[in-house]
Amino acid sequence: MYEYDWSTIPAALPILWEGMKITLQVTLTAIVVGIVWGTLLAVARISNSGPLAWLAAGYVNLFRSVPLVMVILWFYLIVPQLLRAVFGTALQDIRLASAITAFCLFEAAYYSEIVRAGIQSVSRGQISAALALGFSYGQAMRLIILPQALRNMVPLLLTQAIILFQDTSLVYVIGLADFFGASYKVGDRDGRLVELLLFAGLIYFVLCFAASMLVRIMQRKTA
Amino acid sequence: MSYNWNWGVFLQSTPSGSDTYLGWLFTGLKWTLTLSLSAWLIALVVGGVVGVLRTAPGKALGFLAATYVEVFRNIPLLVQLFIWYFVLPELVPVKLGDAFKQMNPVAQQFIAAVLCLGLFTAARVAEQVRAGIQSLARGQKNAGLALGFTLPQTYRYVLLPMAVRIIIPPLTSEFLNIFKNSAVATTIGLIELSRQAQQLVDYTAQPYEAFIAVTVIYLVLNVIIMGLMRKLEKSLRVPGFIVAGK
Repeated sequence: MYEYDWSTIPAALPILWEGMKITLQVTLTAIVVGIVWGTLLAVARISNSGPLAWLAAGYVNLFRSVPLVMVILWFYLIVPQLLRAVFGTALQDIRLASAITAFCLFEAAYYSEIVRAGIQSVSRGQISAALALGFSYGQAMRLIILPQALRNMVPLLLTQAIILFQDTSLVYVIGLADFFGASYKVGDRDGRLVELLLFAGLIYFVLCFAASMLVRIMQRKTA
Repeated sequence: MSYNWNWGVFLQSTPSGSDTYLGWLFTGLKWTLTLSLSAWLIALVVGGVVGVLRTAPGKALGFLAATYVEVFRNIPLLVQLFIWYFVLPELVPVKLGDAFKQMNPVAQQFIAAVLCLGLFTAARVAEQVRAGIQSLARGQKNAGLALGFTLPQTYRYVLLPMAVRIIIPPLTSEFLNIFKNSAVATTIGLIELSRQAQQLVDYTAQPYEAFIAVTVIYLVLNVIIMGLMRKLEKSLRVPGFIVAGK
């Protein structure tokens, strides 16, 4: 039988916490930028302007049909060259910057689908009424439709955030030490991969399960 | 930015000489397809059973099924994969673990990836199956029972034939996801498509061609699957049946 030895974990907690900070940094940035950029995409997609709607649809469909792993690798390839083009010299460690860029742009595609569904869940009469009252299209969207739509889709946005939190572990492919990467490194170093991987799994489970419970409670309250 | 485009690179032969880089891409595609389709089989079978159990009477089974779904949904896929690949061989009885470790590496990677992806997706399929069954009017189940069907028969002949058709659209998106998620197997070294993209970068130093080619393959795969599923959905549609709110 395998003999567990959990003694390396307490000593490794500071390293794991450093990793968790990176995980949270990527997650939170991607949530904020993703929702803002995703909302813009959604509004563009349902707008009456043909080319704009077409571009937004293309963007969303492109990102939604490519595996996240590929997207992370793509940006790891592109971002350094872009930074070099802009700043002249390459920055020291661009892994975090490229990971954050990848997640922001990738998540925006998923958020935009949620927002689009949210906007379409608000009855059409609302926008007609707003236009009839003399609001411009932009004002109607910003002041009438979006506030209602956002309230409808809060549970879905949060669920997507939980998925995003889990998905950030994929930055492993570019060697960035997020919470999972740090756990793997420590386990590999100490020959205690079994314990560290189980520990990482447990932490993810507790956090995500608690968060999804909260979402469910909230949903029951608002519904 | 000066970059030397060279699309001819795919026709060059690899260092071992026995294959072209285009051949590598096909090998990658083959593994992506094999992995995704076999995992999909597991996902459908396990997900179907778990989903049905969640709607069946009896607290214990329902609780077990719910636990399954929560565990597999709340741990990142990558962590699950590493647990299948690195942890489980240590925890199962020594003989089984050793047998696994003595297999050829590709078989090890494939088994771990297929189990991981299959059981991960099963949790999602289970939720769709449950939602599908619960979306049916309660009267359907009661009518089945009143007509003298046993509960399993009611599921087999009344509930599931309807539920399966209702859930085809959400299952389509899970089916698409399984192809995308299969890229995670690159982390344990399985030579599926995105692994081949990385290898091509290492060997040819033509990163853009390699990445564009692989991205296009994923896109095409996506379009083909969506087309096929839409056909399936059409051919199975129950005439006149409209799901409320859709």
